[in-house]
Amino acid sequence: MMTKQLFLDGLKEKHSGLPKEDLAERLSFYGEMIDDLIEEGNTEEQAIQKIGTPDEVSSRILEEYPLSKIVKERIKPKRRLKTWEIVLIVLGSPVWLPLIISAFAVILFVYISIWAIIVLLWAVFVSIVASSAASIFAGIFFIATGHSLAGIATVGAGLFLAGLSIFTFFGCRAAVKGILCLTKKTVRSIKNLFLKNRGTKQ
Amino acid sequence: MDIQLKRGLLDVCVLAAIKDSDSYGYKIIKDVKPYVELSESTLYTILKRLETAGMLTVKTAEHNGRLRKYYHITEGGLERINTFKTDWQEIMSIYRFVTKEDK
Repeated sequence: MMTKQLFLDGLKEKHSGLPKEDLAERLSFYGEMIDDLIEEGNTEEQAIQKIGTPDEVSSRILEEYPLSKIVKERIKPKRRLKTWEIVLIVLGSPVWLPLIISAFAVILFVYISIWAIIVLLWAVFVSIVASSAASIFAGIFFIATGHSLAGIATVGAGLFLAGLSIFTFFGCRAAVKGILCLTKKTVRSIKNLFLKNRGTKQ
Repeated sequence: MDIQLKRGLLDVCVLAAIKDSDSYGYKIIKDVKPYVELSESTLYTILKRLETAGMLTVKTAEHNGRLRKYYHITEGGLERINTFKTDWQEIMSIYRFVTKEDK
């Protein structure tokens, strides 16, 4: 049977990566909620059922939690550094500094690449639209100057490009949507990574 | 519904739930539930945000041998509700304009 204590312990374990005060406050918030539900006439089990399993609750919390805060907490040392540790950190800077810089560079690179794809797709779309308009105008010009056959062919090409541009538009939109969705998922898995690592190390 | 809009509405709903008298987490959810779906974790985030924005204050009091947190609305919170009311009048007049054709 799921008891209040089990529920809170489960939640605590899942969120050991959150700032300590924040976690304690959240746990007391859910504890109070369960107590109030019990006071209302629910059994302990019913009360917890209404709130959800620790898994459900923790995934909701995670969704609303900003990534920057999680990372900050992860980076913050849990105790004051000893002198020799500070010396080591300073001496080791030629090693870890480039590593951190390259890690950030990789993230930045991935980010720029994603946006480059988006820009590229729309550039293709714009160029198709532009060439379609240009072909139609050129065709009309040909017809006006007496080159009827060439003119009709060019106008036809223009109309074909116009049709193509409609397809490209929907393609581009779907691609952008997909990329944004993927980015969101990646951020979520990065959050999970930070929280899980912290949990097993303790 | 638009997420940004819903977030704003939920803030005002929570403020309205503590407007007349101080309230606590479970009661706020119960009071708001008939009007809008509000989960415990969402409420926690909203309360935190409103507290940081100075729209409510929190105090802990004893209840039946345990501690319970009570939320008290501030001047800033009351002002937020008033802004919502005037904003909404504007939106309602836009709504009437938009749906005029339907009649």
